[in-house]
Amino acid sequence: MPKRRIWLGALLGAGSFAGTIFYRRRSARSRTRVDLYFDDGSMLSLATGSPDADRLLPIARDLLAEAG
Amino acid sequence: MDAAAAIDELKGLSTQIEVIMVAGRDGAVTAATVDDARAARLGGLARDLVAGADSVRDDLGRDALAQLQAATPDGSVFVVLDGDRMAVATTGADPTVGLVFYDLKTLLRQLGAAEPAPAEPAAPAEAPADEGGADA
Repeated sequence: MPKRRIWLGALLGAGSFAGTIFYRRRSARSRTRVDLYFDDGSMLSLATGSPDADRLLPIARDLLAEAG
Repeated sequence: MDAAAAIDELKGLSTQIEVIMVAGRDGAVTAATVDDARAARLGGLARDLVAGADSVRDDLGRDALAQLQAATPDGSVFVVLDGDRMAVATTGADPTVGLVFYDLKTLLRQLGAAEPAPAEPAAPAEAPADEGGADA
């Protein structure tokens, strides 16, 4: 019986850890984007993974690293 | 107020902005809160970022680019454009976007107001009065 409890606890712990990692990765991905605002008041959001965002985001990362 | 004083004032007021720079769209730095060498590198990167964003705008046939935010989990880059000039700021993660844009627009407006108004084009010389009259 105690052995089963240990296994259950370990399983719950591992599940919770995996869930945390998944949530953090997902929220980090949703935070990574480029928003362009135009003179006519419209806005375009380029999500990470799109070719345009993947062209602009490395420059932004370099700029942030340089700003340090 | 000159550009250096304006960015120093903004840096003192904003709790979110880490680095501020005013530069031309060609990357030539007017003033920055970092040393000259870093400012020059930041100016070049900001120029590349704006050029890339402008190329996206061009591909999509959109209006002129007014401002942009590049957001990453480590921080954000903000650029506000005003003619040939741009104000660039970096922040930490999850900034108050509207507030940062407002601060940068105000900065550019202050700098625009401080500049002398462009000289009026010279009025064309008046034709000499027709003496003697032309009526026959």
